[in-house]
Amino acid sequence: MADRPAPARRIVVLLAVLAGLAGLGPDPAHAVLPEEVLANPAHEARARAISKELRCVVCQNQSIDDSDAELARDLRVLVRQRIVKGDSDDEVIAYVVSRYGDFVLLRPPVKGATLVLWIGPIAIVLIGLLALISYFRRAGREAENAGR
Amino acid sequence: MSRRFLFLLPLVLIAALGIGFWFGLQRDPQALPSALINKPVPEFSLAAIEGSARGFRRDDLLGKVSLVNIFGSWCLACRIEHPFLMELKANGVVPVYGIDWREPDRQAGPEWLDKFGNPYRLVGDDPRSEGAIAFGVTGAPETFFVDRKGIIRYKHTGPITRDVWERKLWPIVQRLRAES
Amino acid sequence: MTAELGHFALILAFAVAALQGTLPLIGAQRRDSVWMSVAAPAAILQFLLIAVSFWALTRAFVLSDFSLMIVAMNSHTAKPLLYKISGVWGNHEGSMLLWVLVLALFGAAIAVFGGNLRPTLRVRVLAVQGLLGLGFLAFILFTSNPFERLFPIPVDGRDLNPLLQDPGLAFHPPLLYLGYVGLSTTFSFAVAALIEGQADPAWARWVRPWTLASWTFLTGGIVLGSWWAYYELGWGGWWFWDPVENASFMPWLAATALLHSAIVSEKRDALKGWTVFLAIVAFAFSLLGTFLVRSGVLTSVHAFASDPSRGVFILMLLIVSVGGAFALYAWRGPALKGGGLFRPISREGGLVLNNFLLTAAAAAVLLGTVYPLILDVLNGGKISVGAPYFNSVFIPMMVPLVLAMGIGPLLNWKRSELGPTAYRLKISAGLAVLAGIGAWLFIDRASALAAFGVFLAAWLMFATLHELAVRIHLFRVPLGESWRRLRRQPRARWGMTLAHGGLAIVIAGMTASSAWTAESIQVMKPGDRVEVGGRVFTFDGAREVRGPNYAATRGTFRVDSGGGDIVLTPEKRFYDVQGQTTEAAIHPTFLGDLYAVLGDPRGEDGGFVTRLYFNPLVPWMWAGSFIMVLGGFVSLSDRRHRVGAPGRQKAGARATPAPAE
Repeated sequence: MADRPAPARRIVVLLAVLAGLAGLGPDPAHAVLPEEVLANPAHEARARAISKELRCVVCQNQSIDDSDAELARDLRVLVRQRIVKGDSDDEVIAYVVSRYGDFVLLRPPVKGATLVLWIGPIAIVLIGLLALISYFRRAGREAENAGR
Repeated sequence: MSRRFLFLLPLVLIAALGIGFWFGLQRDPQALPSALINKPVPEFSLAAIEGSARGFRRDDLLGKVSLVNIFGSWCLACRIEHPFLMELKANGVVPVYGIDWREPDRQAGPEWLDKFGNPYRLVGDDPRSEGAIAFGVTGAPETFFVDRKGIIRYKHTGPITRDVWERKLWPIVQRLRAES
Repeated sequence: MTAELGHFALILAFAVAALQGTLPLIGAQRRDSVWMSVAAPAAILQFLLIAVSFWALTRAFVLSDFSLMIVAMNSHTAKPLLYKISGVWGNHEGSMLLWVLVLALFGAAIAVFGGNLRPTLRVRVLAVQGLLGLGFLAFILFTSNPFERLFPIPVDGRDLNPLLQDPGLAFHPPLLYLGYVGLSTTFSFAVAALIEGQADPAWARWVRPWTLASWTFLTGGIVLGSWWAYYELGWGGWWFWDPVENASFMPWLAATALLHSAIVSEKRDALKGWTVFLAIVAFAFSLLGTFLVRSGVLTSVHAFASDPSRGVFILMLLIVSVGGAFALYAWRGPALKGGGLFRPISREGGLVLNNFLLTAAAAAVLLGTVYPLILDVLNGGKISVGAPYFNSVFIPMMVPLVLAMGIGPLLNWKRSELGPTAYRLKISAGLAVLAGIGAWLFIDRASALAAFGVFLAAWLMFATLHELAVRIHLFRVPLGESWRRLRRQPRARWGMTLAHGGLAIVIAGMTASSAWTAESIQVMKPGDRVEVGGRVFTFDGAREVRGPNYAATRGTFRVDSGGGDIVLTPEKRFYDVQGQTTEAAIHPTFLGDLYAVLGDPRGEDGGFVTRLYFNPLVPWMWAGSFIMVLGGFVSLSDRRHRVGAPGRQKAGARATPAPAE
């Protein structure tokens, strides 16, 4: 129900195609603009890296680095201002998280609620390995039995 | 034994996913709860809009229960809630402060307020989303409920209509006022 | 009138699907040949009826019949013909119609080509296919009728989203659906096998070509979508781990696993329960994807405010079909016992490892895709799972897979030795290490990861070539003899070599474009020069041009190259009815794409915001993908895979070449 300054979503378009939602007007403007770019290349590189980890909160699964939404642009500017002021990468990210919550992190933090998410893939691999081992053990026994 | 269980596992998984999806369907995936609930109002200081003497900053909110409303002349839903906000002001129900978010130019906000009326005690101009980001705003209108100590206690997303106000929002204001 | 004809045909198709889904099942149970004989004609009739319906809708789009709601909402008289046609599936209702059309197409194909399947198996497969059709036809008829009329009739339509008015995206959905929905065949085969209680090597042999066909189309569809994102979205990205992309990627992973496990089931009569499971899972992922994309469970519910029952309906379809299949699997699956035994280190063992890693990867992607949703339902808070998560989880699983891909094809069936086989690959390994070190030394010392990617790509390529050389006894017999052997290689083997080699090229492209893309964003005035990735772009200014249904600002860039200038003309288009697009200009070279995007005008003197990129080895990704798809088709043309061939005994095992037919 809430309005946004600009109906700017890019990836949503692909979603729209598949979902048959044509009409979600995409904004043809672009991500990072020349006036945003910091003079110090090291600062700019850090800003880009941070921007890739932060979600554009008004978009469908896009980082603020990719997004053309106005709020994403303002967040990119904020990230750069903080870097210039001397914040570390973690401090910049912590500030944005303090405002929008974990939702803005495209790489979810490891904590209680995300334990399953992070342990899951490792658990899947381990369980799979165990299953493989037991499968080959059983096959080995059957082969021995068959051999006798 | 365990072999039978292995063959049952996919059914269990799909059933669990199905239940999850069922409840997922009842939710709005875009509703984002505020990270600032029960946290002090963040430090911010916004300039005055054109034609107004005073801007709006954090300290203006201390000592009373108040509302902070994010709006913009481009925002259609803000137009919907506007008459009701005017009513709140006329009846002196609760002070409402405005953050004029991302206007296309310096005049758009003041013109909008001149045309329809100004329901706000103070308005801060926020062309670069500094105020909006401080409050963790994702869209307009959004309204934050601030208690006497300057703690954010509730966030309402979407227009404030009479119905929502009477059902949900007025009781919150009363509760905050009842606190010492 | 044609619209009503189309609607009526759809209702008839629904009735036919109901017959196709029930009578043959009962008939097969009672060994009643009359009831069983309903299956094939019904499958063909169902397809013809849906085809009539699809034709009616297409006609409405081509003739701009705005009395139809979806035509008015998604088309416009001034739109080029291609996009009038692609507009048919550029919306929810029409794309669901395409969905059932493809579903029925595969049903009809089984009816036509499945002549020498075991009769009971054949009619059961067709019946399951009919039941799936029944469910989705009901979905269309009750919640998403494409033939809904609109009154009063508007003078003109609202046009198709201009981003969709693009050749890449015009063909992306049909191709994707051929793959996505094609997996319904493996599902039907699996359910039929469970009903019959047996999945013998003959069954696996029948499943393989259908899996292969679906896999090939799905690969093509995914790549086309990725390619579209790359050139249309205008910043050179090609994969975003978006839920919609994951929705098509999970079935691909499962289908790839199935493709390999079916080989073991066919050749060695082993892994039956697992192969049947994968055959169900592959299509389950397709249905899951359809649910995630269409139900609005990931996007805002408000976007679907018109009809929230759609999400519930698709969820029910998902639960009933997949849940039903898994219930059957829990009941009959344990009886599927394989015969063939093998050691862990063997060709089968390699294929098992492949299956393990692909399935684990698919499970991890599933976990990441649905986790935010599930956590939200459990009131665990709102989180996002994006590209950084998927990259850090998915890529480590792919590394052992690619390493094993090099060795696996060289292992013997049943039992083999790892050490000696790996030793045989010493030259490939050495060359790959050299490639990796070279990348590190001469391209980028900062990124060890990129160097490792280069090593992996080179390893897979050299090992795949080595395997081919071994097969044709290169340098062990006279070259003429090797040549003769090369030409006599079965097409299925060629398919493998092409698919694996293609993947090696894709990996090289992905690595290079992820690690070494050069980007430059600036305001340029006519005559300005900018160097990007060692290439110098000169801006010659921009001018206004006119397209069929849009106005555009077209910029001109020149890039100095050895043999004359390369000219790039990116556009910014303003469509007459709605929306704007940016058309990146891309010039592929062997080493990478020159990529130019024109932004907004700045200043008074003809300046524009410009984004210039050098995207290294991106053309390799498309070329490698094309080779993989080609491999799929080559393999599909193998006589052993040819649909209908199962009745024949192992043709490849014969001493004499089979006579030409």
